[in-house]
Amino acid sequence: MKGYTGKLIRVDLTNKTIKTEKLNMNYAKDYFGGRGLGSKYLYEEVDPTIDALSPENKLIFMTGPVTGTYATCAGRFNVVAKAPLTGTIGAANSGGYFGPELKFAGYDGIIFEGKSNTPVYLHINDDLVEIKDASHLWGKNVFETTDMLLAENEDDAKVACIGPAGEKLVLFAAIMNDRDRAAGRSGLGAVMGSKNLKAVVVKGTNGIGVANAMQFNKAAQDAREKVLANGVTGKNGGLQTYGTEVLVNILNEMHALPTNNWQSSRFEDAEKISGEYLVEKYLVKNKACFACPIGCGRVVKIPDGKYKGIVAGPEYEAGWSYGASCGINDINEIDKANHVCNMLGMDPITMGATIACAMELYEKGYLPKEDLGGEELVFGDAQSIMKWTEKAGYREGFGDILALGSYRMAEKYGHPEFSMTVKKQEMPAYDGRAIQGMGLSYATSNRGGCHVRGYVTSTEVLGIPMKTDPLTTEGKAGLVKLFQDLTAVVDSSDICLFTTFAIGLPEVSNLLRGTAGIEMTDEEILKAGERIWNLEKIFNLEAGLTREDDYLPPRLLKEPVTSGPSKGKVTELEVMLNEYYAARGWDEYGVPTDDKLEELGLEMKSAQAAY
Amino acid sequence: MSKGLVVSPEKCTGCRTCELACSYSKGDNFNPKDSAVSVMFYDEIGLQIPMMCMQCDEPHCMTVCVVNALTKDEKTGVVNYDREKCIGCKMCVSACPFGNMTYSSRLKRVIKCDMCGGDPQCVKMCGYGAIEYKELDSALDKRKIIANQFKEAFGEGAK
Repeated sequence: MKGYTGKLIRVDLTNKTIKTEKLNMNYAKDYFGGRGLGSKYLYEEVDPTIDALSPENKLIFMTGPVTGTYATCAGRFNVVAKAPLTGTIGAANSGGYFGPELKFAGYDGIIFEGKSNTPVYLHINDDLVEIKDASHLWGKNVFETTDMLLAENEDDAKVACIGPAGEKLVLFAAIMNDRDRAAGRSGLGAVMGSKNLKAVVVKGTNGIGVANAMQFNKAAQDAREKVLANGVTGKNGGLQTYGTEVLVNILNEMHALPTNNWQSSRFEDAEKISGEYLVEKYLVKNKACFACPIGCGRVVKIPDGKYKGIVAGPEYEAGWSYGASCGINDINEIDKANHVCNMLGMDPITMGATIACAMELYEKGYLPKEDLGGEELVFGDAQSIMKWTEKAGYREGFGDILALGSYRMAEKYGHPEFSMTVKKQEMPAYDGRAIQGMGLSYATSNRGGCHVRGYVTSTEVLGIPMKTDPLTTEGKAGLVKLFQDLTAVVDSSDICLFTTFAIGLPEVSNLLRGTAGIEMTDEEILKAGERIWNLEKIFNLEAGLTREDDYLPPRLLKEPVTSGPSKGKVTELEVMLNEYYAARGWDEYGVPTDDKLEELGLEMKSAQAAY
Repeated sequence: MSKGLVVSPEKCTGCRTCELACSYSKGDNFNPKDSAVSVMFYDEIGLQIPMMCMQCDEPHCMTVCVVNALTKDEKTGVVNYDREKCIGCKMCVSACPFGNMTYSSRLKRVIKCDMCGGDPQCVKMCGYGAIEYKELDSALDKRKIIANQFKEAFGEGAK
């Protein structure tokens, strides 16, 4: 079978049994792969009301039909499970080399069920699939774990694993692959930890074919040429030259860079945490994921301290969470804290933003010094971020509370309003008051506060593919819906979202048709994206989420921006949310109407909780 | 004059598109294990190195081949492999001092770079110019870069 390998591995960790089964092509037809296909399996097999950290949850690794080919940036895979941080469906996307290797081994995905009674890992070498003891790896960080697994298995295998944070069920633990790539958000690493599953090691020697070579070749060449010619993704473009941190100065200039836990929107020292500064001072070279001509990844030098060496640099959102969000202007300390997140296996966005929230709680006098072991925790203290990141990863002292994320922490101290979260997940790096579309995108994201579910920053800030006015609400409902649906397609074909600065629906559709032989029009493919979005929404509704969960923290709705072009603005969510529900064909409670369900071929078990 | 592949590891980002381009152009699928070029990773020092056949002037692989399946084309510089003559003894794999000959038991053939008849696909698909196909007898870019540094240093001193 082309595009797909047609096979899945199903691992019952409770009974230690392994089966390979045929990929359900009826699912694949409607949901493609990656995020969509993984979500379909999860929805069909898991009760949305379960505790995310219980054995009833399933952990699904899923590649897409384009994964493993040389179509631009086709090295990605998704991990899907019910997410512990948000209580929503969780789908996290990662690059590196692990996803393609899984396909080379002959599998589109892996479904983990149940819970092992002792630490284990899964080893795959083509037809050999075995559960192995991982007790000697328990407690080891991501880098140690990876090195040990490569030493005891094939040294050219690819590893996805959790660090101490996942083992200790830190609610925003990540699943790390190829050392420093992450299926990062919503705490899927904790789901893996709850199953006593330390790692997946895979080596494959099979090839991946495409359904229609002529069509694929044309589509791949077309996509590649457009990516290489684009000002953001192309040769010497913004991403290649400065990495994702190219955005720091841009967002700061428009006063949309949330600072000191979103108390202001402009960071005085933004220049010092910018991509430009990083390149000048600490960049060793660019690093690319599999089949990627962009190479936005940063390899940076840590010149001093206990982590001295050459490591992966932070992405824009991680640089922001530890930087502007904590009021910290020392990029070297930010690099270290980000590296600790990679080592311990945690999402640096939530980690940095949670520390920022703790800083505000301390500033306001709600977080007593004794809880911090007698120490201060103030905005701008660069020495604090690495220390508290380590403590959170190991759940030591106050780190045990940081490990819950900012919402649960702030709630514990009686002030959840200082948690800058949607559905208990931290919003990153783009002020939804200065960029109205991002406000709506955050509020409606199916996995909580997140920038990559509908990245309307593209039009609102960068003017790609056309410029929209970030200060108005007009047209934002339709814009956000379109971005969400298209992103669902991209995440389900499993190419990198960054390609969409240069290519759109026609090019992605051509890649799907070329690789998987999908016979659908562009419109039908976009409709599939809408189906994926609605399926995720249905999962969340059945999990008990309501319209109230599609809101932003009070700060964005009540406290206006104090400076810059958006001075005086709050996120005008109410009007956008109503328009958005209407555009989606959902009722006023955010529940898909019968007509919409029928149009998409979906069914809903119960939406009682929503009313 | 002959052209050859010149690798600049400092430019390589480790995307492995060269591996895919090679396997896809020689067969009909994407499979790094069937590629004549492989990228080696040294993440701890931030280095990635694409490795492939150097097209030696005195190829050990050719010397040990008992059935003359490997021959040196003096005009292009390429050490060519003849699948028809090959008996699959894998002596060439052992003989190559660089490990650049591999044997695919699935394809029952040696995997070896032939520079795609003068149009190397790995070069075409490398976004960062880490693998280049160029005249080897002419001054290399690297030499020019060093020379430029001299120029700048001495130019400064002369002022």
